[in-house]
Amino acid sequence: MSDDTLFARIKDEASRPDPYPLFATLRRCPVSRQEDGTYVAASHAAISSLLHDPRMSSETLPPADRPKTGNPLKDWLVKPVRDYITDTHRPFIFRDPPDHDTLRAAVMHQFTHQRVQAMRARSHQLVDEILDKLGDARTIDIVDDLAYPLPVTIICELLGVPPEDEEKFHGWATQLATALEPDNLQDDEARAENSRTFDVISEYMKGLIAQKRRDPQDDMLTGLAGKGADGAPRMSDFDLIATAILMLVAGHETTVNLITNGMLTLLRHPEELRRLREDPSRAPRVVEELLRYEPPVQFRTRTALCPITHGDVTIPEGAPVVLMLAAGNRDPAVYADPERFDPDRTENLHLGFGGSLHYCVGAPLARFEVEAALVALARRLRNPRLIADPPPYRPGSALRGPKHLRLAIDGIDP
Amino acid sequence: MSDNTAPPGPSPTYAAAGLRVTVDLNLCQAYAQCCYAAPDHFVLKGHEALHYDPAPSADARADIERARIACPVQAIRVEDPEAPRR
Amino acid sequence: MIGSESRVVVVGASLAGLRGAESLRRSGFAGSLTIVGAEPYRPYDRPPLSKAVLTGAVAPDATGLPNLVALDADWRLGAPAVGLDRTKRLVTLEGGETIAYDRLLIATGASARPWPDAAEGRLAGVHTLRGRDDAEALRRDLAARPAQVLVIGGGFIGCEVAAACRDLDLPVTLVETGPTLLASVLGAHLGAVVQTLHETRGVTVLCNAKVEALEDDGTGRVQRARLAGGSAVPADLVVVALGAVRNTSWLAGSGLAFDEGGLDCDAQGYVLDENERPDTQIAAAGDVARFPHPLYPGHRIALEHWGHAVAQGEHAGRLLAGCEPARYAEVPAFWSSQGGITIKSVGLTKGADGVVIAQGDPRHGRFVAVYGQEGRCIAALSFDSARWLPAYAEKIAAGAPFPPEAGGVDAGPLRVFAPGFPDPSGSGPDDPARSGKDEP
Repeated sequence: MSDDTLFARIKDEASRPDPYPLFATLRRCPVSRQEDGTYVAASHAAISSLLHDPRMSSETLPPADRPKTGNPLKDWLVKPVRDYITDTHRPFIFRDPPDHDTLRAAVMHQFTHQRVQAMRARSHQLVDEILDKLGDARTIDIVDDLAYPLPVTIICELLGVPPEDEEKFHGWATQLATALEPDNLQDDEARAENSRTFDVISEYMKGLIAQKRRDPQDDMLTGLAGKGADGAPRMSDFDLIATAILMLVAGHETTVNLITNGMLTLLRHPEELRRLREDPSRAPRVVEELLRYEPPVQFRTRTALCPITHGDVTIPEGAPVVLMLAAGNRDPAVYADPERFDPDRTENLHLGFGGSLHYCVGAPLARFEVEAALVALARRLRNPRLIADPPPYRPGSALRGPKHLRLAIDGIDP
Repeated sequence: MSDNTAPPGPSPTYAAAGLRVTVDLNLCQAYAQCCYAAPDHFVLKGHEALHYDPAPSADARADIERARIACPVQAIRVEDPEAPRR
Repeated sequence: MIGSESRVVVVGASLAGLRGAESLRRSGFAGSLTIVGAEPYRPYDRPPLSKAVLTGAVAPDATGLPNLVALDADWRLGAPAVGLDRTKRLVTLEGGETIAYDRLLIATGASARPWPDAAEGRLAGVHTLRGRDDAEALRRDLAARPAQVLVIGGGFIGCEVAAACRDLDLPVTLVETGPTLLASVLGAHLGAVVQTLHETRGVTVLCNAKVEALEDDGTGRVQRARLAGGSAVPADLVVVALGAVRNTSWLAGSGLAFDEGGLDCDAQGYVLDENERPDTQIAAAGDVARFPHPLYPGHRIALEHWGHAVAQGEHAGRLLAGCEPARYAEVPAFWSSQGGITIKSVGLTKGADGVVIAQGDPRHGRFVAVYGQEGRCIAALSFDSARWLPAYAEKIAAGAPFPPEAGGVDAGPLRVFAPGFPDPSGSGPDDPARSGKDEP
């Protein structure tokens, strides 16, 4: 028996601190139809299957439709062209192969292990600088003090975005990330705001890319703006802008939640916090288990291109399909004692970074950043205590994480 | 290891101290997470051809373990003579 | 569960044998465990032997398999089993030693099919490739920069060896009796794609051609190959890649049902005697086991796949430990890496009456092809597109309709082609279609 209001309740802000009981109910049907016609996949098997299913499309964004300005020239001539360009040059998270593969390959070609390893070292350095600067503080907000600035600085350095411009994107990135929240796609005002933001950030990127071409640096944006890899044609400027925006937004809006969720989880499991402090080599296991237990991306949406039958449910052509990654991550059919946070579990096939073609590009970077943050926090914060549990959450249900995570501490060790 | 007899014949030096690694390349989908975790021991060539070092030295232990844990399809198997068997 | 006083013998220090032994221990078996191996080595991984080992990227002695469970085993290595007495429950080793068993796992694998003329096969410079010593010998000869390499047999091993030769920038000719490379496994329609790949990389491919004789230079070193029709191909290094024969001859007199194509098993994995009665003390796994697969009814199959050796080895371990596992029904799967391209397959193509390009485009190098038989999906093959394969593995396991529905992401035209398998009656000794793949 399915409850077709579950997805609505999951999206409700009241569920943000603990959506997991709702996921457990949701998993009773591996795939269920919701009252608004959305289909939700909640079992690990159903999600894994649909992630690899070529009948599922990532081209889920509605057609661009910039608000009319009242100026006939702009509304009749410029607007349709700009809308067309937006539709045909979506960031590759919203595209299917073969275009997706070409764009992604260009990014992977720049996302070298040397660059990632350099950012690994840089993460440790940044975390220490940030904690050093806090001096003898007796409270710390994990979000504002560390979890936000760390990945943002890293993505800016990796891309080659001047750090002094960073404060501009804070709002832009938050706004654009709402494209992953299903309700915002239905809301005209929210879509209009997204269009405006996209146009503003596009202008900025255009300028930056021109600058990279004039004055090439050793960064990803310079690399992407140059010749294609292995004789591949150069990426079009529209795709380049969309790709740069995607990486910037992804760097702003996801890792922050993983770091914050991580510290929250460790504080709720003091034994694990102690073990990490005593043995930092546990960090990779801790991070991987966090990706299962509290994934920053809780779900992704796809569109069914054909009718897809799963068990006794047939998803009709054209239906939106929500892959509830965070529910699959606690599926008792796959994980023993799934509600337990256990970094020592083996064969952790979590869905925290998604899977198949759209597997998180930034995953290796995120792992290193979160490791650096958690290891340092575990080692250096003296007697950390949660001031509020649960903490206040940001509104997003797809990208879920605390708005603030304030801790009382007895000091910060060197 | 508590095996009763050492294998006769040539006894390669890697077995004494090194690790043994194999990747189930049926499972592998070229996510390349191992290549970031342990770039000296895993390399992706072309789109999907994973080349790896089946006998890394013991000092690569931490990187290899990181690669094993990060594999999204859990395709990496490692024998570490120093580690307790699970 | 069998008791701790029981003795289990594993014949075959192979991938299947190792994973079988581990599975026994994992299933709680606490008795004595003996592992018999014909070669003097602990179990090693074979896939690199036809790839990275030949190019020198990986040392031949570096592919030892990780051992994942404490085995507490008595290893009898370099001591091939030469006889089996099921009445007395004794395995005889070369040299005459006997080992008693209560349960026996047979995982003796297969050998490279030798060149039909034994004297020609012994010429210096003539190689087969199956084991670690073979790979070491071939690697050494390739490193000496032969003037012209000849590979006989365009199956997977032949293709991988030819690709390795090009990686080493050695001139290489590949001779295949079928209409294209890999035609018996992929069909000529897709075999042609592989052939183009190799030709583009500089391999000289001769199809519909047969080597009749290998000729020496008067000193016992191979100098040229004589083709049917009389022409000659110069070659100072020859790799005979004509598939494999199962290592079953040691079972002569055991009363079990076997031939060079495998040792017959029932659906559970127990071996069958000549009257088709299972011997529930003995299981077989890996290349040597010929068993009924529920997805491919009507005949028994013996699979030479790496993943199959693991899965069936583990299955046999549970079976012999007394765990009564569910019927073995793994969807067959293999991979091959050649010329920078990764080919992966799920299911078995044998018997397919149609093939479609489901995703991508062969002209662009990345695609998925789906094979069907009588309106059902039976196999899928990916070229550098492995992430779609799990979806097709599900379809194959479910017997989903063929061709698959149109309209998916990056969907091909879904035109159904004839796969183009060579006439089986006309196939030469190299007929890897029987097993899908001739893994070393």
